[in-house]
Amino acid sequence: MGWFFRALNSSIGKKFLMAVTGVCLLLFLIIHLINNLTLYGGPELFDTVVKNLEGIKPLVRVVELVLVIIFILHIFNGVRLWIENKKARPVGYKINGASENSDVFSRTMFVTGSIIFIFLVVHIRTFWVSFNLGHPLADEHQYYQIVAEAFGDPIYSILYVVAVILLGFHLNHGFQSAFQTFGWNNKKYFPIIEKLGLIYTIIMVIGFASIPIYFLFFYGGNL
Amino acid sequence: MSGNMNLTLKIWRQANANAVGGFVTFNVKNISPDSSFLEMLDILNEELEVKGLDPVAFEHDCREGICGACSLVINGRPHGPLDKITTCQLHMRHFKDGDTIWIEPWRAKAFPIIKDLVVDRTSFDKIIQAGGFISVDTGGVPDANAILISKEAIETATDAAACIGCGACVAACKNASAMLFVSAKVSQFAVLPQGQPERYQRVQAMVKKMDELGFGSCTNTYACEAECPKGISVRNIARLNREYFNAKLKSENVEA
Repeated sequence: MGWFFRALNSSIGKKFLMAVTGVCLLLFLIIHLINNLTLYGGPELFDTVVKNLEGIKPLVRVVELVLVIIFILHIFNGVRLWIENKKARPVGYKINGASENSDVFSRTMFVTGSIIFIFLVVHIRTFWVSFNLGHPLADEHQYYQIVAEAFGDPIYSILYVVAVILLGFHLNHGFQSAFQTFGWNNKKYFPIIEKLGLIYTIIMVIGFASIPIYFLFFYGGNL
Repeated sequence: MSGNMNLTLKIWRQANANAVGGFVTFNVKNISPDSSFLEMLDILNEELEVKGLDPVAFEHDCREGICGACSLVINGRPHGPLDKITTCQLHMRHFKDGDTIWIEPWRAKAFPIIKDLVVDRTSFDKIIQAGGFISVDTGGVPDANAILISKEAIETATDAAACIGCGACVAACKNASAMLFVSAKVSQFAVLPQGQPERYQRVQAMVKKMDELGFGSCTNTYACEAECPKGISVRNIARLNREYFNAKLKSENVEA
């Protein structure tokens, strides 16, 4: 197995790991968004969906564990690459011409990733902990109410929207970058992949950002 | 002559690899817009020599865009502000009278500075030595067209082979990654029949050497392609990745 770990530790192996875990997270976000959109169905639908997930708790726990491992690999590997890549240029340029030869999404992956990580911690604290580790409303299966209360706070909602937009920066580069890393880049279909990535990103950003906005301004339809 | 320019140059000067470097300001006067960037530096150096001062060391050789020696980062961009040219192909008409121009060497751990703007690009040679070749026994001249190659394959190979090994990709990359260079040198053989016998060994050895030499990892910013004087496509990097995965999966050499 030595060859396998050596391959995974090579520069190409590391970016492969980044891409595989990234694609898993891209797919997870689709499921996450579909779940979130049930909030638009009102308290009854959302509470029923979450209650049903309670029914298959052991399976949910396994999926969550896999997700945690994927997140850790993605974050750990990303930080490691960032440190190594900094070392590859000990003395930087006085004048930085990067804006002339690359886009802002690709250059800011570490920054957007770091902010998303902070957001992730806050996000898990607000929702996952409330849903799973005891909250008076969760005990009564009033999950919708928990979401409504969290997004009733304008500062929280605005920060949430900002984080989702930065997530969009991260996804827009990550999507096409994963295909490039897997070697799936050719003249015919790469322009389509880039457009698909942009469409995916726009759907994700609008989808996720719409929820705090909906709750903040319309209080989930309960004005 | 009218239209000639006076310019302020901020040039990185460093006595040797271990010395502390810094920017030194020079003023050049009466520069013709028709002169090349390197000719402008020649004029500066002649003035410095007349004054008995140490001329600015910079690399140059063919001065027609094929050797890749002229490694200058001009105002933050390898080979200056224009696309798909080397520094020697850059002319002063692209600058304005009174401009301040910052001139820096390629910056990468794997390209240590020798003096001023001259860097040591031996690491590229080491990557080539690791596998960027085909082993051919000597003998009679083979028949032309004995090996059939599709037009598409030869175009892909020669496009990759257009790489002059200047290192602008490394200089432009925010990670100082040599991925575009290595991908071009792997691709030029990977798509041709002559490259097949050493195909798996080549890509693994070259990537290994690239990593050992302290180049960074690729994060797909594509700055390399944008700054490449020969327009080498990042699709070569995708091919390099494919070649690497294939070699790892198919080759039975567990030592590589």
